[in-house]
Amino acid sequence: MLQTKRMINVATDVQSEGGLAFHPLDQFIVKPLFGDGPVGMFTVTNATLWMAIAILTIIAVFVLGSKGRAIVPTRVQSVAELMYSFVYKMVEDVTGKDGVKYFPYIMTLFVFILFANYLALLPMSFSTTSHIGVTAILGFGVFFAITALGFILHGASFLGLFWMKDAPLFLRPIIAVIEVISYFVRPVSHSIRLAGNILAGHAVLKVFATFAAVTLVSPLSVLGVVAIYGLEVIVAGIQAYVFTILTCVYLKDALHPAH
Amino acid sequence: MATETVEHAASACVGPSGSAIGMPQLCADWIPNQIFWLLVTLAVIFFVLSRVALPRIASVLAERSGTITNDIAAAEDLKLKAQAAEAAYEKALADARTEAAKIVAEAKAEIQTELDAELAKADKVISEKTAESEVAIAEIRDGAVKSVSDVAKDTAGEIVAAFGGKADAKTVTAAVTARMKG
Repeated sequence: MLQTKRMINVATDVQSEGGLAFHPLDQFIVKPLFGDGPVGMFTVTNATLWMAIAILTIIAVFVLGSKGRAIVPTRVQSVAELMYSFVYKMVEDVTGKDGVKYFPYIMTLFVFILFANYLALLPMSFSTTSHIGVTAILGFGVFFAITALGFILHGASFLGLFWMKDAPLFLRPIIAVIEVISYFVRPVSHSIRLAGNILAGHAVLKVFATFAAVTLVSPLSVLGVVAIYGLEVIVAGIQAYVFTILTCVYLKDALHPAH
Repeated sequence: MATETVEHAASACVGPSGSAIGMPQLCADWIPNQIFWLLVTLAVIFFVLSRVALPRIASVLAERSGTITNDIAAAEDLKLKAQAAEAAYEKALADARTEAAKIVAEAKAEIQTELDAELAKADKVISEKTAESEVAIAEIRDGAVKSVSDVAKDTAGEIVAAFGGKADAKTVTAAVTARMKG
């Protein structure tokens, strides 16, 4: 057991002694889809492919699924309606009535993360949301958009978000400093939470899968893969939900900065 | 020059064996590619959702809730109608009952009057017949009395004649009449 722990620790790029090759992070390599050239900004890569698959799946569920406009929905349509109502209710509950006009943006984030997370669980797929480059754009995009929205809607009074009016006067500056720091940490935690969860889950899956090659522990490792996979199915949904509801909470701060 | 750096970077993140060096997530040279395609993806998803999918689903949901509200209202309406129909039925039934009772009473009354009329008629006929009979009986009795007196007169006259007397009719009649009265 100690041996395996050590092997996982050095697993990133080391060929282990027992003939087992641990490359749990190789699944995250970005490579061009056509040819073997370098990865430029506009190169069509496996990341492009899986994002495109996410788009197609979303279109299949939301556009083709609701094509019938049935009063009694088909299965796919009811799934689309369920997600719609779920996010709509979340936005309405958290941000209030005036947040509803930002619903399409939040819905876009939610469906992208949800579908990317679940597509990443397909064997041989590429996990787009495990890359910090992707989630940082999502997290910082939300952060900048919401900060800008706050200043546009409330001007300088948006800074009242950091000034606790119901705290004792001498504590207010200290609280303000803490609030400012926590405000700027938001996008970092927002994006690392998502990427970290997906990355860790997939890496652990890969490690368990590698152990399946050893006859002695293979039943255990297959069981482990199943268990971790089940956990990952839950995590994929929960992380999409968490990202979305935090976006709603931040949006609420921008719309109603007064505490 | 740009190509050169990219080429260098690509080899910097992937080792000669084809596996990743360090975390692929932190390979700076793959990030612009992902950012670009992510932005494209988000733009496409946003466009598809906001232009097609979300309005459509919103209208379907609104339509459904409208339909449900309408159906509930219609059901409520039908229920009221059914209750009204039931009340009308009950009323019709009660009316029919009273009507039937009335008809029965009328028929009874009619029969009663008819019966009464018939009875009266029969009584009248009976009394008429009785009166007639009485008259006839009286006549017969009178006739009988007269016959008796006639016979008595004749007989008295004959008897008087047989005794050799000459009876005048007037005296005989007076005598018989006086006798019969007594």
